[in-house]
Amino acid sequence: MANMVTLTIDGKPVTVPAGTLVIDAAKQAGIDIPAFCYYEGFSVQAACRMCLVEVEKMPKLQPSCALPAAEGMVVHTETPKVVEARKSTIEFLLTNHPLDCPVCDKGGECELQDMTFRYGLGESQFLEIKHHADEKQWSPLVFYDPARCILCYRCIRVCDEGLGVAALGLSYRGVSAEIIPNKGDHLECDECGWCIDVCPVGALTSGTYRYKSRPWEMNYVPAICTHCSNGCKTTLSVRNGEIIRSNNRDRSGINGEFLCVKGRFGFDFVHNEERLQSPLIRKDGKLEPVSWSEALKFVVSRVRETIERNGKFAVIGSTRTTNEENFYLQKFARQGLRTNNIDHHRSGDVITLVDALAGRTDALATVGDLYTCDAALVLGADLAQQHPLLAYQLRANWRHHRSPVFVVTPGPVREDQYAARSLRAEAGGEVERLEELREELKARQNLVVLYGASVKGEAVRRLVAFGDSLGIPVKYVCLVDYVNSRGAVDMGLLPHLGPGYKPVEIPGMHLDAMMAAPDLDVIWVAGANPLEGGREFASKNAFVIVHELFLTETAQRADVVLPSMSLYEKNGTVTNVCGEVQRTKAGPKVMGTKSDLDILGLLAAQLGFDIGIPSQEKVLDEIRRTVRGYNVPLPVLATGGAAQAAVLNGNVPVDAQPEQVRPSGDTLFTSGTLGKYSKRLAQLMEAPGRLFQP
Amino acid sequence: MTLLAPPHPLEKRVLLRRFPEPRTEPVWIDEYLRTDGYEAIRKALAMEPEQIVDEVKKSALRGRGGAGFPTGMKWSFVDRKSPKPKYVVVNADEGEPGTCKDRILMGYDPHRLIEGVLIGGRAIGANRGWIYIRGEYREYIDILDRAIAEAYERGFLGSNVLGTGWEFHLSTHTGAGSYECGEETALLESLEGKRGNPRLKPPFPATSGAFQCPTIVNNVETFCAVPDIILNGGEWYAALGTPKNGGTRLVCLSGHIERPGVYEVPLGMNLLTILNEIGGGVWKGRKLKAVIPGGSSSPVLKAEECDIPADYDSLAKAGSMLGSGATVVLDETTDMAKVLARLMKFYAHESCGWCIPCREGTTWLKKITARLEEGIGSERDIDTIDRISQSMLGRTFCPLGDAAAMPAMAIARKFREEILEKLSRADAFAPVEGAQPLVVL
Amino acid sequence: MTFSPELEARFAKMIASYPPGRQKGALIPMLLYAQDEVGAVTDEVIEEVSRRLNVSRVEVEEVLGYYTMLTREPRGKYHLQICTNISCLLTGGEELFQHACRKLGIGNREKTPDGQFSLEEVECLGACSWAPAMQVNYDFHYHMTPEKLDQLIDSLRKLQ
Repeated sequence: MANMVTLTIDGKPVTVPAGTLVIDAAKQAGIDIPAFCYYEGFSVQAACRMCLVEVEKMPKLQPSCALPAAEGMVVHTETPKVVEARKSTIEFLLTNHPLDCPVCDKGGECELQDMTFRYGLGESQFLEIKHHADEKQWSPLVFYDPARCILCYRCIRVCDEGLGVAALGLSYRGVSAEIIPNKGDHLECDECGWCIDVCPVGALTSGTYRYKSRPWEMNYVPAICTHCSNGCKTTLSVRNGEIIRSNNRDRSGINGEFLCVKGRFGFDFVHNEERLQSPLIRKDGKLEPVSWSEALKFVVSRVRETIERNGKFAVIGSTRTTNEENFYLQKFARQGLRTNNIDHHRSGDVITLVDALAGRTDALATVGDLYTCDAALVLGADLAQQHPLLAYQLRANWRHHRSPVFVVTPGPVREDQYAARSLRAEAGGEVERLEELREELKARQNLVVLYGASVKGEAVRRLVAFGDSLGIPVKYVCLVDYVNSRGAVDMGLLPHLGPGYKPVEIPGMHLDAMMAAPDLDVIWVAGANPLEGGREFASKNAFVIVHELFLTETAQRADVVLPSMSLYEKNGTVTNVCGEVQRTKAGPKVMGTKSDLDILGLLAAQLGFDIGIPSQEKVLDEIRRTVRGYNVPLPVLATGGAAQAAVLNGNVPVDAQPEQVRPSGDTLFTSGTLGKYSKRLAQLMEAPGRLFQP
Repeated sequence: MTLLAPPHPLEKRVLLRRFPEPRTEPVWIDEYLRTDGYEAIRKALAMEPEQIVDEVKKSALRGRGGAGFPTGMKWSFVDRKSPKPKYVVVNADEGEPGTCKDRILMGYDPHRLIEGVLIGGRAIGANRGWIYIRGEYREYIDILDRAIAEAYERGFLGSNVLGTGWEFHLSTHTGAGSYECGEETALLESLEGKRGNPRLKPPFPATSGAFQCPTIVNNVETFCAVPDIILNGGEWYAALGTPKNGGTRLVCLSGHIERPGVYEVPLGMNLLTILNEIGGGVWKGRKLKAVIPGGSSSPVLKAEECDIPADYDSLAKAGSMLGSGATVVLDETTDMAKVLARLMKFYAHESCGWCIPCREGTTWLKKITARLEEGIGSERDIDTIDRISQSMLGRTFCPLGDAAAMPAMAIARKFREEILEKLSRADAFAPVEGAQPLVVL
Repeated sequence: MTFSPELEARFAKMIASYPPGRQKGALIPMLLYAQDEVGAVTDEVIEEVSRRLNVSRVEVEEVLGYYTMLTREPRGKYHLQICTNISCLLTGGEELFQHACRKLGIGNREKTPDGQFSLEEVECLGACSWAPAMQVNYDFHYHMTPEKLDQLIDSLRKLQ
């Protein structure tokens, strides 16, 4: 334990580790010292002077954000002198502030408004003409109004320190000082919009939310971002069934308030006009809209007929559907359709890792571990592009704890900026270079290893062997691509493994085999797009059933298209890249769609499959009871927490089929098929971006 | 022309001892060596670094840039044993309105500065120094560049200073127009290629200064005083001034004075003696209204407050400060509202904008005082000036806020009646010939 | 882009004077000296300097907006900088500035149409004891009067 000091704040004794800032010590004692520029986790600016406090034996008021707590210090946070100082600071701020609160997006959730209210500043003696500078648009997503800006520098810091992008700066001086973007008159950056979120006033506003809504008109729905596998919690602001914005200002969830461009802005696909809102049936070669009952009846008759004649089924599941849906889907396939021909798009070799680590505890890292580990090793992944939250965590760990990061990648990555060592290796050859890092890694207390899709099969086993040889605790993350890629594996959307990595008696066809099989009768695609890029099913005559949001390449080949819901529209759980299970709740509504669980449930009932009640709670209950490692505590999920599934308690004695692992190659600005329907992502000048760029 | 003033009998020339007569050429190295030049560094090289610091402590030399911090103490804060490189930085960003002394030292006796820096470098165990000169002083940058080249040529600078094996390098570094960079931490930021925003203290530069290494930052005049302190001893130097206010200092007389110029006087000389004897009194036979005793940031003294010794402590007692030694004389005809407005325009222009009270406070003061200068306003405005100043004092990030608030408050309080009288005059609204329309931005 | 051999030599020496890896120290001097040669901090100058010092464009723009001597727009061939701060104010600096405005027919921070003269009201030039003072580019002129200013401008015009 660090040296502790005890100080008195407003008469309360507070004991904190030496070096703790007084503003943080006060927070610990339940005392809120107001501040604009102070932002937990980022460098101290001491610029706004709102957090000034009176400290006994110090003649001047002290900025509590820059003052380390000392033994015996006596602090007063709300004396008349302090209050007077804060009032004058607010008065100063308001002299050149436009006070356009009635039309400001921030109205109602503005820290300047709140502070003005708190200190009761009703009048000012400012009689002069206000300084003004015009608003600027920096990107489709970011607008800057210098007149409203109070220069707290939060935006500059989250961008530079938090993300390593450093796209924002400060120029001019005095009252003319303002924030500037990195490309003269515009931004070229990650477009994550964090600068907008942290802005305490309405200086930085979002191109998507501007003048759309007042904060009190919306409902706030805790959801999990549907894009990459990191599993960021995002709070959807929903009004009349429509998502108006997405952020996570309450810092709930594993990501705090971190979100990337996809999480913060990439929700617009939900309301894309191309969303399917009615089932389609192929009639005379053309897909025609029909009612749900007609479509389901059509599916039931074809499926029943195929079962009766012992026809061949193949089922392709999704990496974006919930665990409950995936579990129900494999049950529907195995017990209902009586086939093990079930698979999904695998983007990382999870199976080999689970087998290699079988029987261990504490060998899989959580997102939180990335911030607390003593060192991290990244193999074959452009983390900042593909796994922004994980990249953020590692950077924060380095910033706050100086924990080194080692990188072995085929090309330059952003982690090179601060990595202790950056090695370049051809994709697939990363593990070969590990010996060069042995001495440095051995010297650490512990290590987290993150590996991308190029490390698979035997390479994973060699990697684990290398980790074992270091003699320090090592945890692993097998990087996968989509929100529930990991859950799809855990739930047994696999031809040879059922839920919880339980081998099946007679393995079915894997994805490649299904694509190549000439004799399938029914191909059932529940939320995937295997025909992307012009691929075809070898079974030309197969009856194709597709659950989809859009008329994708696969949906266009379908005989029946059932319009399904996106993750944002339903309740359920998903499992992130680190195996952490989180709950997501339904926010917006899109008329005419159904969740995959509802679709399968309705069909199961009509087909007479006895595979359980298709309610999310019931299925989750079954998962918790029957799937290895998934007995996760409900209260954790219910309160918005993340519970890591313990999937390591047994070997996985099957061929992991590493050749089935194919990375999607998504960047920060792409998101597989779904991403194509986000106009916002597509219109960014940075899109589509490329991996392994300097 | 020469900027050197003919010596006055009441002057005590130590820093200016090489100038018994005004001249136009700088003292280049041969002449410098003929007049004890670089003797002090030879002596210092034979001393222990601690001894050098002790000698400077004994001299009671205080920073001549404005803050008046004891120089020896500042140097003693540097941990010589630190494994990091140590640096010497000369603050030659002379910008405090009324101040024009450093240019005299750099422009006429450049080797004195180089020698002072060498001694400072030796005292803290540094191997490199920079002279940060304001960009407008290109003339002096060129002189110093030449002097530095001379010193390298003769072995006073370089990888083996005077054959002792000690390495010391020195270069000039130009600013580019910013008063704030005269603040030592802002200067260090600027030296590192950034905006001149001040840094949070602690850590002080002695611990983490230039490029995050232990650094001493001193004014040109401060370094220039060091060679004679080493040559003649700290006690000798201290005895030239008053207790705790050692030595001599340069005083820059400007404004409404008969003989403006830069003179060298012992610390503690009566302010009126300086004005009336050395400066020849108020110009045009007029009466004295007020004096700004230490640069524009020092609170103005009314004529009747000026009969005091001019040293750090006495001026502080009188509610003002010795500052940078810039003494600006205001005669009885001076429009104090105009003086106030001009100073506030300056501070608003030079505020870096980093902290709220300074950024907004200086601008507000500028706007109000610009109105008052035009005769537009009321008594309440004068109260507001006082209130704004109070809200800035001691609450800004760096001393620039205080530097604006102190003179604002002093003028508004001491010349309230005069400003009120101006506001009450009917012709205050009459257009002044040639005046530009009032634009408040 | 390259600069004159003299300036290149200065830059080489300048960059070497900062600690290894901290060459950004040379940013402000380089911009100012480059501006003196090129006439302004042009896009090419920004690009060149940021490349040589390995700094981003935003780091350059941060200082460009901050330091008053740096300019993106070329100033006149003769940039007249007249101090109106306290000591100069007391001795006629403001009148001098107004006179310059009238004489040149331009205002503060403006340039004559022929590009020969530009005018700027500046803060203290550190020439207080020889006030009122002004600078033409880097050359100081002391004890100025409207008459001396007329002569100065006329003689500069003749130089063309």
